[in-house]
Amino acid sequence: MVAYIIRRLLLLPVILFGVTFLIYCMFSLLSPEERLATYVNNPNILKSTQASQRLIKKFHLDDPFPLGYIRWADKIIRFNLGWSKAANQPVWDAICQRFPATLELVMYSIIPVILVGIWLGVISAVHHNDIVDQSIRVIAIVGWSLPTFIFGLFVLFVFYGILGWLPPGRLSTWAQDIVYTGTKFHNYTHLVTIDALLNGNIPIFLDALRHLVAPIITLSYISWAFLLRITRSSMLDTLRKDYIRTARSKGVDEHTVVHKHAEKNALIPVVTIAGMMIVGMLGGVVITETVFTYPGVGFWAATAAQQLDYGSVLGFALLFASIMVIGNLIVDVSYALIDPRVRLE
Amino acid sequence: MKRILKKLFSNVSSLVGIILLLFFVAIAIFAPIIAPPLSDDPYQVPRMSWDEDPQPPGFPMSDNMKEIYQYMGKKVKWTKAIFGTAQGGYDIFYGVIWGTRTAFKVGIITVVAAMLIGVFIGSVSAYFGGWLDETLMRITDIFLSFPFLVAAMVLTTILGRGLDKVMIALITFGWMGYARVIRGSILSAKEETYVMAAKALGVRDGRVIWRHLLPNTIFPVLVQASMNIGSMVVTAAALSFLGVGAPLGYADWGQMVSFARNWIIGKPGHAGQYWYTVFYPGLFIVLFVLAWNLIGDTLRDILDPRLRGEL
Repeated sequence: MVAYIIRRLLLLPVILFGVTFLIYCMFSLLSPEERLATYVNNPNILKSTQASQRLIKKFHLDDPFPLGYIRWADKIIRFNLGWSKAANQPVWDAICQRFPATLELVMYSIIPVILVGIWLGVISAVHHNDIVDQSIRVIAIVGWSLPTFIFGLFVLFVFYGILGWLPPGRLSTWAQDIVYTGTKFHNYTHLVTIDALLNGNIPIFLDALRHLVAPIITLSYISWAFLLRITRSSMLDTLRKDYIRTARSKGVDEHTVVHKHAEKNALIPVVTIAGMMIVGMLGGVVITETVFTYPGVGFWAATAAQQLDYGSVLGFALLFASIMVIGNLIVDVSYALIDPRVRLE
Repeated sequence: MKRILKKLFSNVSSLVGIILLLFFVAIAIFAPIIAPPLSDDPYQVPRMSWDEDPQPPGFPMSDNMKEIYQYMGKKVKWTKAIFGTAQGGYDIFYGVIWGTRTAFKVGIITVVAAMLIGVFIGSVSAYFGGWLDETLMRITDIFLSFPFLVAAMVLTTILGRGLDKVMIALITFGWMGYARVIRGSILSAKEETYVMAAKALGVRDGRVIWRHLLPNTIFPVLVQASMNIGSMVVTAAALSFLGVGAPLGYADWGQMVSFARNWIIGKPGHAGQYWYTVFYPGLFIVLFVLAWNLIGDTLRDILDPRLRGEL
């Protein structure tokens, strides 16, 4: 197992190099002038060709490809990702400021799916061929076919437009005044729900929660459908294995068979799927945040893309790719920890 | 093959899928009859008025708009917006009908191109093995390190607006799944005796792959391709929704939905008045994707006999 984990860790720099290289390839599709625009915070400079030519020379933006990559990578390592036109601040600062909101959204979307989704999947496999079972199949396929942006608009239409229960955004105006400009409210973690509890401010906690419900549902409904189906089919497969029959025939009670013998083995593929699910959510974040004007990194990136703010968009790609690389690493390592076949290899 | 077709037509859910799909094919073919174009570029959605806010179903074309078409020497063949108009007076009915053609175009071109790239890389990788396999698979891993939608959004932003740019982005980040599947099948198939025999006879490598290995391993890839058409169309629509996809006024479902974004909540006191701006394009997207998923689901059942009839 140790050898496997070490081999996996050695691969990390290779993947990180590849990811940055690919992003630089996209960056180099831009003209030197457009590349300059990702570093300049004053658009007036770009209007003068003379000044921009001078800056291109000064920052070596017309270097040949390999040298350009090295210079660019050197900047990236120092967290210099350029200037975000859309946020009117450096890209890295824009990311740091908006990331907690996204983290909060993703966190609350993942935890219930993993806890309840797996449980439901196991249940539906044990009570195989019930009506529940068939409806799960139907819900999964329909959920899978319903694109996030349509579902999100539908949720917004019903729960905000008609019922007025779940407003878009992250906080109401009165709450924003307290959280962002108030002197008594301390932002310990920048996760509003947790900060509100730490400050003992229940109205703000409830307000933040009210804004989170709709985006959480929108971001996670596909994962529900997905995880439920995979857990179920994996569990069904395991329940038919010989060792389950052995356990049953020697008189082990059903509860132990299901939860001790079968579940542990059935959940091994689910770990990989859970990893893929989180990846899917990262893509969904952009759409969900845009639909609900939720001020996270995804909304910022979508706004930046519309304004052709290349620096922000590439910085965003780098951020999400890094999260994914690390996420995949964690999934692979936990796979090694859970699965004895990988562990003993 | 016969068994597969039989299964596809005997299963209720895949039958529904096939019927839906035929319905869309019919719409795509007869688009010029169902919604005759008013301008030279049929993919440009006609505007019914200059109104910024959406107009309800049955809205008649405004007089000044009619005059413009007549002035341009076009015959105004229809004057009612059956499904209403979207933001900016764009006719929703026309948009969803011609959007069907766009959907098929995007879905089929991107999936076929991505499949060709994936099959090439995967089969070369598996057949030759060694350092070439290692390198190609690491490159595949690197492309897989980007969330699909994020990668497509970034590349489309950089390439610029337009349906062709969207397709390039979708193909660039859409081939990896095929490469992995075909690699797996070829790795096990290349040890078979018929491959050994071909090699022993001195058949060239390219020919072994093309004539002997691919015909025996391509089926799972084709299944995957059919299942991916829906998701490619959704991603293209999502890009349009985010405002980086098709150009303004292009007949594209995603753009029709994006027009609805600012109006979905309705004016104060009239909640839900603009339901049609999202309902019709949304319905078309969902049914289109559902059709492919229902067919793909059955194909997967056939392919994986272990779970036949149970998943």
